[in-house]
Amino acid sequence: MARFVFRRLMIAIPTLFLIVSISFFLMRVAPGGPFDQEKKLNPVIKANLERLYQLDLPLWQQYLAYLKGLARGDFGPSFSRPEFTVAEILQSGLPVSIQLGALALALALVVGTLLGVIAALNQNRLADYAVIATATAGSTIPTFVIAPLFQLSFALSLKWFPVGGWNDGAFVNQVGPVLTLMLPQLAVVARLMRGSMIEAMRSHHIRTARALGLSDGSVIFRHALRGAVVPVISYAGPAAAALLTGSIIVETVFGIPGIGRYFVDAALNRDYTLVMGTVIVVAVFTIFFNLICDVLYAVVDPRVRYD
Amino acid sequence: MTLTLKSILLSTSLLIATSGGAFAEMVLNRGNTGDPESLDPHKVSTVQEANIMRDLFYGLVMQDAKAELIPGAAESWTVSEDGKTYTFKLRADGKWSDGSPVTAEDFVFSFQRVVDPATAAEYAYMLAPVVNAEAITAGETPKEELGVKAIDATTFEVTLNAPTPYFLEMLTHQATYPVSRANVEALGAEFTKPGNLLSNGPFVLAAFTPNDHLELRKNAEFFEADQVKLDVVNYFPTEDRSAAMKRFEGGELHMNDDFPTEQLADMTAKFGDQVKVGPYLGTYYYVFKLTEAPWDNAELRNAISMAIDRDYLAEEVWQNTMIPAYSFVPPGIEGYQARLASYADMPQIDREDKAVEILTKLGYGPDNPLKLQISFNTSENHNNTAVAIQEQLKPLGIEVSLFNADSVTHFAMLEAKGDFDLARTGWIADYKDPENFLALCKTGTGNNHGDYSNPAFDDLMAKAASSTDPAARMGLLSDAEQIAVAEELCVMPLLHYGYHSVVSDKVAGWEANVMDIHPTRFLSVE
Amino acid sequence: MTVAERGRSLWADAWARLRANKAAMIGIAYLLLVALLCVLGPFLTPNSFSTIHKNYTRVAPSLSPYPTPEMIEPALADAIKRGRLDLAGWEQEGDRLILSVTSTREIDERVTRYVDRSDMFENTRVTELAPGGMTAKMETEVELKYFFFGTDSTGRDLLTRTLIAGRVSLAIGLLAGLVAVVIGVAYGAVAGFIGGKIDEVMMRIVDILYSLPFIFFVIMLVVFFGRNFVLMFIAVGAVMWLDMARIVRGQTLALRRQEFVQAAEALGVGRVGILIRHIVPNLLGPVVIYMTLLVPQVIILESFLSYLGLGVQEPMSSWGVLISQGAKNMPGANWMLFFPAFLLISTLFALNFIGDGLRDALDPKDR
Repeated sequence: MARFVFRRLMIAIPTLFLIVSISFFLMRVAPGGPFDQEKKLNPVIKANLERLYQLDLPLWQQYLAYLKGLARGDFGPSFSRPEFTVAEILQSGLPVSIQLGALALALALVVGTLLGVIAALNQNRLADYAVIATATAGSTIPTFVIAPLFQLSFALSLKWFPVGGWNDGAFVNQVGPVLTLMLPQLAVVARLMRGSMIEAMRSHHIRTARALGLSDGSVIFRHALRGAVVPVISYAGPAAAALLTGSIIVETVFGIPGIGRYFVDAALNRDYTLVMGTVIVVAVFTIFFNLICDVLYAVVDPRVRYD
Repeated sequence: MTLTLKSILLSTSLLIATSGGAFAEMVLNRGNTGDPESLDPHKVSTVQEANIMRDLFYGLVMQDAKAELIPGAAESWTVSEDGKTYTFKLRADGKWSDGSPVTAEDFVFSFQRVVDPATAAEYAYMLAPVVNAEAITAGETPKEELGVKAIDATTFEVTLNAPTPYFLEMLTHQATYPVSRANVEALGAEFTKPGNLLSNGPFVLAAFTPNDHLELRKNAEFFEADQVKLDVVNYFPTEDRSAAMKRFEGGELHMNDDFPTEQLADMTAKFGDQVKVGPYLGTYYYVFKLTEAPWDNAELRNAISMAIDRDYLAEEVWQNTMIPAYSFVPPGIEGYQARLASYADMPQIDREDKAVEILTKLGYGPDNPLKLQISFNTSENHNNTAVAIQEQLKPLGIEVSLFNADSVTHFAMLEAKGDFDLARTGWIADYKDPENFLALCKTGTGNNHGDYSNPAFDDLMAKAASSTDPAARMGLLSDAEQIAVAEELCVMPLLHYGYHSVVSDKVAGWEANVMDIHPTRFLSVE
Repeated sequence: MTVAERGRSLWADAWARLRANKAAMIGIAYLLLVALLCVLGPFLTPNSFSTIHKNYTRVAPSLSPYPTPEMIEPALADAIKRGRLDLAGWEQEGDRLILSVTSTREIDERVTRYVDRSDMFENTRVTELAPGGMTAKMETEVELKYFFFGTDSTGRDLLTRTLIAGRVSLAIGLLAGLVAVVIGVAYGAVAGFIGGKIDEVMMRIVDILYSLPFIFFVIMLVVFFGRNFVLMFIAVGAVMWLDMARIVRGQTLALRRQEFVQAAEALGVGRVGILIRHIVPNLLGPVVIYMTLLVPQVIILESFLSYLGLGVQEPMSSWGVLISQGAKNMPGANWMLFFPAFLLISTLFALNFIGDGLRDALDPKDR
């Protein structure tokens, strides 16, 4: 296993390199640059700005310069926020996004798994239908509807929580964003869990175990759950990468200083260095969590081996 | 369950309220349509940044609560007889927030810094009238050659290329605000960080967390500090205006510069006169691709323009937060008489008849429909406006298609003189003068997206620029607008912008004005 | 021949079981009903999807016809004012209105056009022109209009718009969803089943695609190929299969080591045979569930594509676009959110039931 993890970490380096390279050239294909806006800049001033950020060099030189910077750990300055470097922006926003995302992910996994198991054990009974209904609604209603609904009901009508703001991470300010982030994920986990649990309960070895008189509880948790959790693990990998890197909708609606909104804003503003920063963050998270997934496959199912 | 939850929440919020001794301090929570990109007055460009700059820095002249010009860091000034030399007398008690004096040297340094190509200031052109400014920005002349001089510690002299009647108005722009020479030279790019930034205005920078909030505190060294009532101003970025309205409703924001205009009726019902709507110095317009047939035909352009029901756009699509526009220069500039299109007073149906008549004469009709594509940057209201125009032109037999894209793609297309028939854009005044609008129709200028070119117009603009008599100058500009806009539709004005803000009735000192400028120093919270 | 026979019995068997599943059959019926409504409905509804009703912007849904009595007076005054006249008074007789108007100039009979122009009135006539032409009597009829779902911010009928939007959303939801499933299942099953270096390379490709900035991919498509309905499917399909591939591959890894697969291998069944006969059927459970989760994501993603200029263009619309417009108009005009959201959610419920039914019907263990 240690060798497998080590090999995967080694492969991560060329993978990251490819992601960085493809993204770098892909984003430069899009029309416009960081200094195109409604009020057009004087060409002389625009040229000055482009010189300042070395955007006047040939693309391949910019690419080499960017790679050189990266090797030194320098993500470059942000074009849309010259006040900060990309590293500073990520440093200030990432912990916030991770905090909210981790909470939402943990809740979604724990509650979702539980709901899924409950539904599976009560297949086609009331509890099952209740879970399916909640899960379907949860995965269908888009976040940009749930978030304002939360604000209207729990913040403005009931006055339990503030409408928005981060307030240095006060508990009450986190409730809305975490619940909004969690709901769709919870729904997916519950449905995946329900489905594979039903299947697992029907499989031969579970039937055999039950026939041999093993109690229901131990059957469920020792055997069925192990096999059934595989699709959830597969899903949780990319979901973790997505959740921990923030959500543009949740962060703008609730006024949260995370990095989620940069994924869209940076691209729309053609803030090239910030786009690259966000791409690298997502890539690292994706690679890392997919590795964790693969390790977990082997943990829950000893028959899965990596040689 | 609910009870315990509520009590926890209550005690937490009490804790928040008591910590930091918030009792004695007067705090204003101000929504701002976005985070500042920078806090360097010479590098910022947007309206939301200008709001913050006005609180931090004090230029030679400033604006009061009604956006009227008032003395700022300069207590007085004189203008030479030829209108080319301005001599500013700085106030003796002007200080930076560390107590050091604001000197004429700081202004020389700042003005040179704005036009310096190394600074790459987006608004360097705010100093374009100053001798050598444009050559310096273009990198042809060293910045020391700029026409500014420190006669002594408190006397600052500016020399202009030509008499520029709106020069003082230009000096209200944040690009002309001073920065402390000593501070910038010592700290370089780091000078704008909280703790580093020296300001000479009513407030100092206390904290800045991107996408969270920006905190300003009262500047004890400000020469009129005793008149500043607020202790703390928090600027919250509010990109999502619906969410901002909810935070306003929940009492978390005292004011915000924007709200969802389509909800005006509901909002007025809910908030009454806390909703502020009024004219704003800006124009929302479409441009034709003037260099290509058939759009090079002024008669055809006018036919399309007269068929557009601007009243409907203003009243229904924009819910009266905009005003129908028949001129490029919006109303509200003293001494200027805008020239309206000839059909401005015609009833809408007569206009449509006339438009059909022209189209038929030009050979368009059911057998040969005119095809027109409207390009615009995506936004709910731009979309609704384009959809409405599409429907309005349909009965005339004009087949309109819509093409939307994100802002950068759209404006990059305009800048690259891309392929379009009719494209949306807008202009908000940088300073209160018609020239700021009409210059957009001059041959070869940057924002002349339709590539309009008419020597007669250029000639009138040049005459106006060299005129020393303000009334005659306004007359020339007015004649210029008649040719370029009213007759030839260098731009097709649709609407004049209106400001639309919400201001809590707890806030005192807010005054309506066409520039939608509300310096925080004049505000207070009850 | 034998293959064909077995195939038929397998599908026939599955179909029989699906038919026995009430929830699934109701789901299918509902889905067909919605599809039918979306295709045919716009021809039957009272108003066109693109017509702007100037007098009825953002009116609430109602079963009784518009205009309501209190709407008449301001609309009348407005229409008369546009004709440069003054409204001196009016009275109602049934669905006819008698107006008396005055003017400072001579009244032109063509002025009736201004009243007819309003969405509320039709067949306006000047009945009496006083000598001198400064005052006149006019007669007009009230035009009744039905807006069962209300109207949007430009006064377009939301019922017709919701139905016409359903065409786009159902098409993209089902087609792009299907594309994602086919690619995802094939890719994931192959990677998981072959394993080793090939699996490694295939999954790293997924990681790379996952990390690329999607917005630029979309903008690039628009720039190079212009706006095109097909591109929308490509853009959506291109991202949506990635999760599916990961899930399928994880499942395949687990299946590969199971007794029945190893038994088949020992019996000398070829790789392709094992993949198609043993692996894929056992994958269907999570695949079907994930597909039902994928469809709403696709529909919402489409509304973002519209923002970038790749999705549907006005005056056409889609449920995703209508819902995002509705969310912005909450809580004022909440019908703009409610109706499209209701249709979307109920359709997805139906889809879920169908999905569950399909899974049960195709489950090899139950056979």
